[in-house]
Amino acid sequence: MRFLLQRVAFYLFTAWAAITLNFFIPRMVPGDPVQSLISRNQGRISADAIESLRVLFGLDKNQNVWEQYVDYWNQLLHGDLGLSFTFFPAPVSTVIGDSLPWTVGLVGITTIISFFLGTALGVGAGWRRGSWVDGLLPATTFLSSIPYFWLGLVAIALFAGPGSFFPSSGGYEPGLVPAFDQYFIPSAIQHSILPAATILVSSMSGWILSMRNMMVTVSSEDYITVAHAKGLSERRVALSYAARNALLPNVSGFALSLGFIVGGTLLVEIVFSYPGLGYQLFQAVGAKDYPLMQGIFLIITISVLVANLLADVAYLLLDPRTRKS
Amino acid sequence: MTISPSSIEQVIPGQGAMAQPSAAPGRAKRRRFRFVANAKAATGLVILAFYCLFAVIGPWVAPYSPDARSGDVLQPPSTTHWFGTTHLGQDIFSQILVGARSVMVVGLIAGVLATILSILIGVTAGYIGGAADEGLSALSNVFLVIPALPLIIIVTSIVERASDTLVALIIGFTSWAWGARVLRAQTLSLRRRDYVEAARATGERTWRIILFEILPNLTAIIASGFVGTVIFAVMSEITLAFIGISSISSWNWGTILFWAQGQQALAQGAWWWFVPAGLAIALLGTALALINFGIDEFVSPRLRSAGKNRIPTADGRTVRMRVGFTPVLAPSRPVPAPREEVAP
Repeated sequence: MRFLLQRVAFYLFTAWAAITLNFFIPRMVPGDPVQSLISRNQGRISADAIESLRVLFGLDKNQNVWEQYVDYWNQLLHGDLGLSFTFFPAPVSTVIGDSLPWTVGLVGITTIISFFLGTALGVGAGWRRGSWVDGLLPATTFLSSIPYFWLGLVAIALFAGPGSFFPSSGGYEPGLVPAFDQYFIPSAIQHSILPAATILVSSMSGWILSMRNMMVTVSSEDYITVAHAKGLSERRVALSYAARNALLPNVSGFALSLGFIVGGTLLVEIVFSYPGLGYQLFQAVGAKDYPLMQGIFLIITISVLVANLLADVAYLLLDPRTRKS
Repeated sequence: MTISPSSIEQVIPGQGAMAQPSAAPGRAKRRRFRFVANAKAATGLVILAFYCLFAVIGPWVAPYSPDARSGDVLQPPSTTHWFGTTHLGQDIFSQILVGARSVMVVGLIAGVLATILSILIGVTAGYIGGAADEGLSALSNVFLVIPALPLIIIVTSIVERASDTLVALIIGFTSWAWGARVLRAQTLSLRRRDYVEAARATGERTWRIILFEILPNLTAIIASGFVGTVIFAVMSEITLAFIGISSISSWNWGTILFWAQGQQALAQGAWWWFVPAGLAIALLGTALALINFGIDEFVSPRLRSAGKNRIPTADGRTVRMRVGFTPVLAPSRPVPAPREEVAP
């Protein structure tokens, strides 16, 4: 219990740090950020957008940084992330709310599949060290070195195109209304297969490798020798003795690498024009839509923190030692 | 089956101990280069050397200027244009060659910066301990959990027309946390070793202990952290260029992919536009990852993929060798007859 409370405290601290960082990043720009933005876009920003920017940067009132900071927190706690000006006058929270389910669905499902599949393969590779499985390691290294987005481009070139089953962009058939019905769900699944496969291929090798290395390390422990000496079946020793113990560092590794995975999947979304947060971030960056960018960063960070907390709970359930103290 | 000389020396204590002093300098040298003898590390280093070479000479040996337009629009690979041309008739082979420098420079700067930061923060936290450790650990954990790529994207997009150096600095400042964490853990375990205690007892200054007693033992971890950061930095830089955030006037492989994506290279079937850049990135990443495996295996020999570990026994079965096991290879033979030379 104490362990969990410590973790929660740490994540709250991290959330505070991320929010503060989010507050200061636009203010680090030298000079008047709004003015430089207006001059850069020469008349292409509407007056409303300028106003929303001034509010974002706290330039509407003559406040010092501390008052702006308090105001910023006040807005955040009311769920107000400002107004997006690519989708003016839609508030950022609405824009994010529309795209969040797509990302959570795509990233969540593929990450979990990739973790379990990769870990299972890693158990096999680590246990059968020295067999042909070792020959696959360079191949997985190569696959994990390919940038996610490039693999996505290749996947589109190879599998998508006119007349193909796989659509090359979008999250669902244009013309359908997002709803849980028999038209929309199959279309959404059809659109997500290719992006999901891309993420799976590039992210799985990391799990295979780390699990293999842990298995190799664990399999020389004394308790494995004892288990063998007891005459337990190979399978039982591999799964209940070696894999169970090797899994723990992989679970904590899972929590730590989530940030990287999320970063990678944002790119896959961009390549496939998938209507999730990554694509939204891409559009926001293109349009210099700071309120939207900041909102997306905040949501991504907080989601990663929540996922980390879940991984910690899983760790707690898996490792009895943490429960004892 | 070969037995290394060093293990023989250990097996025969008397002879080994006698032979050791005279053989010591040569052996130390060999041990230092044993890392290179690792096949994975050697492969990685050779590939990396090629990349470094092209980073230096790329712009000089490129057959065309990467910006030069020509009449050969969207040509597939041919003898005049090895990797084909773009929608403006630019030579893609030249763009790849010229782009190598930017990629390698950003990787290097970011890697060095992140490594220095991780050593400063990780080793200090591990060695000093106490409140400083708590604070520095919390700091590195925060940086570890916050998704780095979105942060880098946002910071870079706020800075106008980020140059290569600036991109490298941003990446370096956001990616030191993993190295710091690993270094801190290792320093913690080194701090209580006897030789460090001895150095402390003889009144060595703290900076001297850290520099000469602790750091040399962290070399492998620092090296692997550096290589890991370079991989991350290269990927991030290319990503930034691909999304079109960093300056698109300088060439790197991400810029090529940016134009390929923007000009619908996929829809036009111009595979040569994005395949070479992607393969160049993947090969560089593989080379760096291989070097990292080499370092890992150098540090912990268990991770080496054992060559042949299925050994046939005398009675026709096979036994799988495993660490901590001594399988009986031969069936019990009849006890040999007493020596014959005893008899007259």
